[in-house]
Amino acid sequence: MTATERPVQADRPGEVLRFRFDGRDYEGRSGDTLAAALLASGVRRVATSVKLGRPRGIFSAGVEEPNALVQVETPFPEPMLPATTVELYDGLVATGLPGKGRLADRPDPARYDSVHAHCDVLVVGAGPAGLMAAAEAARGGARVILADERPEPGGSLLGTAETVDGLPGRRWAAERAAELGGFDDVRVLCRTTVFGHYDDNYVVAVERRTNHLGAAAPATMARERIWRIRARRVVLATGAHERFPAFAGNDLPGVMLAGAARAYVNQYGVRPGRRAVVFTTNDSAYPAALDLAGAGIEIAAIVDVRRAPGEEWARRCAERDIEVRTGHVVRAAVGDGEVAAVSIASEAGGQAREVPADLLLVSGGWTPVVHLFSQAGGALRFDEEIGAFVPGEIRQAVEAAGSARGVPTLSGCLRDGAEAGRRALAAAGFAVPDPAPPPAVEHEPEAAPARHLWLVPPADGADHREHFVDLQRDVTVADVLRATGAGLRSVEHVKRYTTAGTAHDQGRTSGLLTSAITAHALGVDVADLGVTTFRAPYAPVSFAALAGRDRGSLHDPVRVTAMHDRHVDSGALFENVGQWKRPWYYPREGEDMAAAVLRECRAAREDVAMMDASTLGKIDVIGPDAAEFLDRLYTNMMSTLAVGSIRYGVMCRPDGMVFDDGTVIRLADDRFLVTTTTGNAAAVLDWMEEWLQTEWPSLRVHCTSVTEQWATVALVGPRSREVLAGLAPGLAVGNPSFPFMTWRDTEVAGIPARVCRISFSGELAYEINVRSWYGLALWEAVEAAGVTPYGTETMHVLRAEKGYPIIGQDTDGTVTPQDLGMAWVVSKKKPDFIGKRSFGRADTARPDRKQLVGLLPEDTGRLLPEGVHLVEPGGTRPLGHVTSSYRSAALGRTFALALISGGRERIGARLHAAMGAETVPVTVAHHVLYDPEGARRDG
Amino acid sequence: MLLIPCPWCGPRDEIEFHYGGQAHVAYPDDPAALSDEEWARYLFFRDNPKGPFAERWSHSAGCRRWFNVVRDTATNEIHAVYRIGEPRPVIA
Ligand SMILES: [Zn+2]
Repeated sequence: MTATERPVQADRPGEVLRFRFDGRDYEGRSGDTLAAALLASGVRRVATSVKLGRPRGIFSAGVEEPNALVQVETPFPEPMLPATTVELYDGLVATGLPGKGRLADRPDPARYDSVHAHCDVLVVGAGPAGLMAAAEAARGGARVILADERPEPGGSLLGTAETVDGLPGRRWAAERAAELGGFDDVRVLCRTTVFGHYDDNYVVAVERRTNHLGAAAPATMARERIWRIRARRVVLATGAHERFPAFAGNDLPGVMLAGAARAYVNQYGVRPGRRAVVFTTNDSAYPAALDLAGAGIEIAAIVDVRRAPGEEWARRCAERDIEVRTGHVVRAAVGDGEVAAVSIASEAGGQAREVPADLLLVSGGWTPVVHLFSQAGGALRFDEEIGAFVPGEIRQAVEAAGSARGVPTLSGCLRDGAEAGRRALAAAGFAVPDPAPPPAVEHEPEAAPARHLWLVPPADGADHREHFVDLQRDVTVADVLRATGAGLRSVEHVKRYTTAGTAHDQGRTSGLLTSAITAHALGVDVADLGVTTFRAPYAPVSFAALAGRDRGSLHDPVRVTAMHDRHVDSGALFENVGQWKRPWYYPREGEDMAAAVLRECRAAREDVAMMDASTLGKIDVIGPDAAEFLDRLYTNMMSTLAVGSIRYGVMCRPDGMVFDDGTVIRLADDRFLVTTTTGNAAAVLDWMEEWLQTEWPSLRVHCTSVTEQWATVALVGPRSREVLAGLAPGLAVGNPSFPFMTWRDTEVAGIPARVCRISFSGELAYEINVRSWYGLALWEAVEAAGVTPYGTETMHVLRAEKGYPIIGQDTDGTVTPQDLGMAWVVSKKKPDFIGKRSFGRADTARPDRKQLVGLLPEDTGRLLPEGVHLVEPGGTRPLGHVTSSYRSAALGRTFALALISGGRERIGARLHAAMGAETVPVTVAHHVLYDPEGARRDG
Repeated sequence: MLLIPCPWCGPRDEIEFHYGGQAHVAYPDDPAALSDEEWARYLFFRDNPKGPFAERWSHSAGCRRWFNVVRDTATNEIHAVYRIGEPRPVIA
């Protein structure tokens, strides 16, 4: 974008800072924002608009900026920043944006952090009201946090140059803030934007700590910090944003909020133009005009829609020969790409006159910043005097103070803030000291009432397509009228139809205007129509800040077993199961996954293999009523289990649907060890505690997670007994002395161990449990006996060949034990258990329920994708889907498990797997495809 | 984020808690004696009022105890907190 050649204001005080914008080098001064430095450098066009590509300039001097969006390129790219909030530093490189930014293509090297804080009184905003509120609360002994989004305290005082207690406002604010900093329990946070206000005064803010330092930022300091604050009371001294009326060309560079122009002159010593027209509906633009005139900007005219401006202001203008045209309006800002002239006409009608000017200041009144109040659950009410919504009732311990609730004068804001601080003090239970005398302010002229002008209609015959309502979203009055013309009546609907208010400035300058134009079009009162809901965040906040330190490996804990390092050394590939890293398979030189898994399966079925089973959930269930408790929890009987024995069990929800499965080991009369699926361990413990606490508090049972206390090696295959015998010479491993589903305490490889004879593969198998710090030693000892390690993929194939379901893979919360072909696990004897009554419901007896079956593709090499749907040949109605699908070494073919409507009745039938345009014929089979008699397991 | 007063630990952030749905929906004494409709009511039907609502919470990342809360679903105001087995307090 080319900058119009304008004089550079090189006469300003301050340290010179060099920066680059849109590829050109400029100089600014310390204390500048990028916007101030650009204006001082004569740059008027800063960005282009998102939809229409119109040139846009600097419209405001703060966070409300809708136009001047830039991307900071160094030290790290950050998109979509208002130039009005970017603090200048030496070496800054930025680019104007066409309404959209670019995300960085590399990881952010900066650190982000968070702080949790508590306080008695949180004050948001360090302007006149906020400083007084914080001072009063601090004086009374409360723990106070004062947060302000700007680099220094003072709020409106920074821009208006008013004096307080005889001091320039900026200095008065700095001194008050310094005093606050002297209290032990008071914290003043600058560059800190409060962006969310939630229940029970949970307030979230982001503090920018190093952005303003550029390359000088210390690497050890967190770039941004999220503050999570719990406050007993909150005072919202969030100020007000100036708004503007809709008129033709109101988006041209050179159109600027009057208060913003005043701030550029007073705070930054920057003249935003040479010859200005001021268009206002209220008195506040008059001191702005006078300040600009004092700074050497020619004021061509003040155009006041009112018949009667404040008398004293009119007099002061007359003294300076500033023309005031009452009862007039600005019909249009005129110019090719920026303001060159302003078209002025009587509001009553008649010929417009064009006045040459390069700056058009606008003030449509001031809108209290009620975002946080509204987020906190507060109701808003329309204030006819200021023509805006102000805070009304609120349940939370929150109040607004100063211009955030429509107080128009500096003296009023100082007084209101002090009173809010004292009320907060009393409400937080502190003794309230005697009031201090209010700070002295300059003479305040008596104000004349404001006019609430929203729209300057176009000249005859013209449309509303250049009457902008939302500058950032390029929404015009014409767009709003199209919405109401289409029948939309709610401002929420108009917002969604037009996108007004949905840009990242959240419609700060435009929200009320959108409502007012909509109300105007509908012929209703804006007070009745209301505004759209305010939602967090108040201002954009980066995901990096929200994530804080919870990135990379700290995002979610990684759990590894005692044998993990050995798996890594063995070249295992891992899969995530919940938070656990589990070996997936152990490829050897030249093997792909399929080859490795076939080899591992063969080892388990034909020789001997081993798996790390440590991640299975393990819960100690202890107490005199432990057996009774498990009887109620599992579908089958556990109280009859003998000490020394093991039983497989299934847990259901009260609706009869399977929730988890595992084994129950009886260690003593009053002591059981329960295993759960890896991913469900925490949920099962929660489930047990819920029932014990809420339904069966009389049961004397304690449950303790012992998952991490044990390491487990599954030893699987026809040779597993032989290997175990070699490792555990003291153990009688013969079938009669150590039968299936029993456990024995012994030593394995010299390590105290509990060996359970259970099988999740259908083979002769053992699970060797040792204290977890012996896990690695056990693993290495077993491996040294010539045993092949296998991972979860092989485990899945082996169990699927046997029709053992994985809860959560072959089930989805709508599957009963009977659907899984496990009616045998549902006790007929027990009077009740969780889920039992539901097995009597008509729904669980439906013959067309989805049942677990096996599927054999007719092409024995064809692997069905999991999730694929099945239909009858020639049919289209989905009957169910594939839940597991593998290549089987033992079967010499591919196979799958599936949940199929009326599946068991369909065994032997042909179905089609629907795979897009292709259909793959399959035969339905029993879900147990391998060794259905269980001879291998039990032998 | 709510500030929930756990009866054992005192006020703690909502993030430490698990929600447990409507309170005082007891597991029936004898499910076998219920009609299908009565059982279905226990399984599937819950109140959804706008206003005070007795509900269960568990301090899952704290003391792990279950307890009951009367919370206004419209304002999130917590009117009462009480232990399992205690009767629901009368909210004016
Ligand atoms: Zn607790």
